[in-house]
Amino acid sequence: MPRIPLTWLAEHTELISGASAQQVATDLSRVGLEEEAIFGAQVTGPLVVGRVLDLVKEPQKNGKTINWVRVDVGPEHNEELDNPKDPQPGQERPSRGIICGAHNFVEGDLVVVSLPGTVLPGDFAIAARRTYGHTSDGMICSGDELGLGEDPSGEDGIIVLGRGHAEGLTGEPGDDAIALLGLADEVVEVNVTPDRGYCFSMRGVAREYSHATGASYTDPVSTVAVPSADAGGLAVQLRDDAPIREVAGCSRFVALEVRGVDPAAQTPRWMARRLTLAGMRPISLIVDVTNYVMLDLGQPLHAYDADQVVAPIVVRRARKGEKLTTLDDVTRTLDLEDLLITDSDGGEGARILGIAGVMGGESTEVSAATTNIVLEAATFHSISVARSARRHRLPSEASKRFERGVDPQLPLAAAYRAAQLIVEFGGGEIASSVTDEGGAPAASAPIALPLGDAERVVGIAYTPEQVRGSLEMIGCRVEDGSEGTLSVTPPTWRPDLTIREDLIEEIARLVGYETIPSILPTAPGGRGLTRAQRARRDANRALAEAGLVEVTSYPFVGEGIFDALRYEPGDARREAVRLLNPLADDEPLMRSSLLQTLLPVARRNLGRGEESVAIFQLGTTSRSRGEGSRSPVPAAAQRPTDAELEQVLAALPLQTRTLAAVVGGASGPDSWQGEVAPWGWADAFDLARRAAAAVGADLEVRQTEHAPFHPGRAGELRVLAADGESTVIGHAGELHPAVVKEFGLPARTSAFELDLEALIASAPAVVVAAPVPTYPVAKEDFAFVVDQEVPAAAVEAAIVVGIGDLAENVHLFDVFTGEQIGEGKKSLAFAVRLRSTEGTLTAEQIGEARKRCIAAVDAAVGGVLRA
Amino acid sequence: MSESSSTPAAPAIDEATIGDAIDAALSAIAAAATTAELKQARIAHVGDASVLSSANRAIKDLPKEQKAAAGKLVGQGKGRVQKQLAARQEELAAAEEEAALAAETVDVTLPTDLRPRGASHPLTVLQDRINDFFVGIGWEIAEGPEIESSWLNFDALNADPEHPSRSLQDTLYVAPEGSGMLLRTQTSPVQIRAMLERGAPLYVACPGTVYRADEIDATHSPMFHQVEGLAIDKGLTMANLVGTLDAFAAHIFGGAPITRLRPNHFPFTEPSAEMDFRCFSCEAREGLDHDADPSCRVCGGTGWIEMGGCGMVHPNVLRAAGVDPEEYQGFAFGLGIERILMLRNSVADMRDMVEGDVRFSQHYGTEI
Repeated sequence: MPRIPLTWLAEHTELISGASAQQVATDLSRVGLEEEAIFGAQVTGPLVVGRVLDLVKEPQKNGKTINWVRVDVGPEHNEELDNPKDPQPGQERPSRGIICGAHNFVEGDLVVVSLPGTVLPGDFAIAARRTYGHTSDGMICSGDELGLGEDPSGEDGIIVLGRGHAEGLTGEPGDDAIALLGLADEVVEVNVTPDRGYCFSMRGVAREYSHATGASYTDPVSTVAVPSADAGGLAVQLRDDAPIREVAGCSRFVALEVRGVDPAAQTPRWMARRLTLAGMRPISLIVDVTNYVMLDLGQPLHAYDADQVVAPIVVRRARKGEKLTTLDDVTRTLDLEDLLITDSDGGEGARILGIAGVMGGESTEVSAATTNIVLEAATFHSISVARSARRHRLPSEASKRFERGVDPQLPLAAAYRAAQLIVEFGGGEIASSVTDEGGAPAASAPIALPLGDAERVVGIAYTPEQVRGSLEMIGCRVEDGSEGTLSVTPPTWRPDLTIREDLIEEIARLVGYETIPSILPTAPGGRGLTRAQRARRDANRALAEAGLVEVTSYPFVGEGIFDALRYEPGDARREAVRLLNPLADDEPLMRSSLLQTLLPVARRNLGRGEESVAIFQLGTTSRSRGEGSRSPVPAAAQRPTDAELEQVLAALPLQTRTLAAVVGGASGPDSWQGEVAPWGWADAFDLARRAAAAVGADLEVRQTEHAPFHPGRAGELRVLAADGESTVIGHAGELHPAVVKEFGLPARTSAFELDLEALIASAPAVVVAAPVPTYPVAKEDFAFVVDQEVPAAAVEAAIVVGIGDLAENVHLFDVFTGEQIGEGKKSLAFAVRLRSTEGTLTAEQIGEARKRCIAAVDAAVGGVLRA
Repeated sequence: MSESSSTPAAPAIDEATIGDAIDAALSAIAAAATTAELKQARIAHVGDASVLSSANRAIKDLPKEQKAAAGKLVGQGKGRVQKQLAARQEELAAAEEEAALAAETVDVTLPTDLRPRGASHPLTVLQDRINDFFVGIGWEIAEGPEIESSWLNFDALNADPEHPSRSLQDTLYVAPEGSGMLLRTQTSPVQIRAMLERGAPLYVACPGTVYRADEIDATHSPMFHQVEGLAIDKGLTMANLVGTLDAFAAHIFGGAPITRLRPNHFPFTEPSAEMDFRCFSCEAREGLDHDADPSCRVCGGTGWIEMGGCGMVHPNVLRAAGVDPEEYQGFAFGLGIERILMLRNSVADMRDMVEGDVRFSQHYGTEI
């Protein structure tokens, strides 16, 4: 994101005097340029100019020679007298003694001295220190040490005023070198939203600063002298045979030649400095100027060695198999969609010079010998550039700007500005003719804005002056339209302004978002939470109250989990939704069962020191509708038809909210109250039933075999669905010992998982009252001997059916097996409460009920009343 | 009773004799230290063989003219003794019960956690609380699937086909390439669903889980939770957006809410804004004229907390969802629930919220 040195910004807008970087960032954020970072002054403390008075070369044992130097650092900083134990070289006079390892200076030179207390880039604090047998009372600095980079003239060593980094600079001992070298510059980095491409320039940010503060603003484009030149510069052909989304890849191409530039010319220090502050590396005068103008105005430029270019230049799409070695020395295979700049070396458009708006190639690069150049300033289609930059992973400074849109009015001015700077600092002559293929674009169509529209949307009664003034300030041409509307033509640098709401945002932000009042709207009144939303809370709370802790887990799983959970090859849970670009290659699937991710969470908790596990989760599970399912993407310009919408939705995977719990190990801490029962299979069923009861539903359990459960200790959880059918909505039981082992769980860890949406849907909408008779209760106990395989639920059901309405409550209270009962048999004991709604039960009625009960159990499951 | 009976000879019924008997009885009662001793005293002094009982029995044999006086003397005396007996009985019984209960003393500070209570995840509780706020101002809670169509997640929300958020670096897609399905990156598709199903006017909050192709670290997670709000009606303005955000901030963070909008850009809103809440933690909460604490952990010394994006729903979004933008307009906003929890409850690390460590949830129980 663009970095804005404040001194550069101040060239185009009047910075409020003394404005800090923080203040500028705050002002810019008010108009929508968020602060990304602030870079304060790079050097603080006493960095001063010093004059080398005396210098002694002292050879060291390690083979190096160091300089022991007497430096005059000005009356404010000099020590009056030498340290008698460690006198400096030469005649004693006010100065400081400094050790320096560099040798590119002599007595009399003016140098840059960081005195104790100075902090250099990288938080490098300078203090007096003992070294090579002397006390060095400061440091003589190199460009690197001050964050200025390598010496521009290639000199090795410290900065000497008048040369290299300090070309053209002079001063007196004691002068502030921070100001002298421009090291006090503060820089604000701003975040530019995709609709504000013009803010990738000092020109744009300065304009926004003036909007935020009311400061004066001068458009730097208006100060560029664009001479009336002849057409007929370098021939350029725009030949886009395959426009993307029907927009030509290049709509304007300006080519301007400068001849006779001194190849040895240096980039002026201030320009190199600004480039560095803005985050770019100075390279050579020609390249630096093109970058400088890009940073300043926003128009990316490219300079070619004119002697290498063979006219005409052809802008075209790549052909199959074409390759290009880009400036970063990577050979890239081009895509048919890549827009190329080519020249006619070897035939028209035969040689590729670069990928338009992204990066140039080696063949026509400017070099240290270049004296004649061609400057390219073009308008490329944002999508074409964005795709190429993404495809080749080349987010260049140019592509960043083209992706967001570059003012199509800029190319000519930018090319001339660059040419003029090159001539100013490198000599040469600007060609008298220029190529402007495509030319300036036609003005965009005006937008009709009813005067009251901003108030309608924002809720502030803007005055007509505010509406018109704001729009004019951002560069719109505003004319009166028909019947209270304005006809607004946005400026060429604002391609994002296309509808009236865009203009309303401009008015709102220029007048200030902070002026919008706060009014809570009155909704017409909703229906509260839905039954399902309430029920989910109830189920959650029921399990929390039962001692379980709710956890979260990521829904991503690998295929291995299916085998770990012992799913059969054809198990429907293997039909998981697969991701195209999973975060981890070994977890490309979305869970089809909550236990797939809940069991690993159980393992993690045990690994972190928990001794037992009692957790639950309410999360989404999904099932693919097959790899072939596609969700179409209808046009979004209007509501899709119902049929289209149906297709969009029908492809989506089956998804539901699932509730699952895992319990294992001790159900509580060791207790003085006696032995603590471990969680077991019965708890799994009980917890499922509690959750069901909490949502008002009723579960039926049937024995089954189902992975990942113990084959003899698993059950289906069933509800009566809305259609009256008994439907399996989940499973519970003890986990298979192999699964327990796989996840390192406590022995006999148990679990349940159910489709919570289906469970809630099965609950009655209204719970109908049951009678509360006040006649006395009769308590009868029964013990039936049945075959071992007969489920208790079947016996209970038979009792209920046999006794009929009189059965108020049937409760199994004992299970007994043993010799007295017989091999393969078990005795089930039930307590039954009988009560009539019509009167006190007589002994006869009770006796009849007993008989019906016994007969029913016999008929249903062959049970015999135990004597 | 006859004179030939073995009962002791009837005592003399005079004041001295009876007075002595009463005194003896009262002192025996007073001396009894237990209910058992008191019982002995009762037998000795008012039992059948006692002086008082014998005297009482003897009254009938007295001359007629003496009966009344003797009766009064004995009766009153016995009454006094009985009264003392009852009082002492109550006293001793109470003391004995007290002692018995004292002997049953238990240590009530013993732990009682045979099966400790569990906990809800704080994100769930916070989400419930947020939902309650919206229900309280008359909105409804709308929900939708996490695996969603590209059309609903992007196209219907006016996201350009080239929009960077659609890239594989940002969004997790369902295989194969071109499936048109993805893990929703926002709960905005629920807004579209709500508009398509219910039309306008519409006031809904859409909480839910969303996914981004982010690596997990202290402040990022590929899975997190959002709540978005959408209000579509005639004449809704940005002022109503500000009013709703103010009310929300007051509900969640308490105090006098101060919110701030800053211009921003989102494809689905125009005008768009970034919303900041005034820091609820440091001095800044007192108002705009109070400076933030430079070391404030919550606002980082800026006085403001970035909460999310918002704006007026773009007419293209309304059109795609079948709502006529010439008739209806409205606002939308989105907030991160993890972020709210991190700020409100000082959660330092995003990973704590998603890794499923029970200690994280247990700390909260079922309240936040």
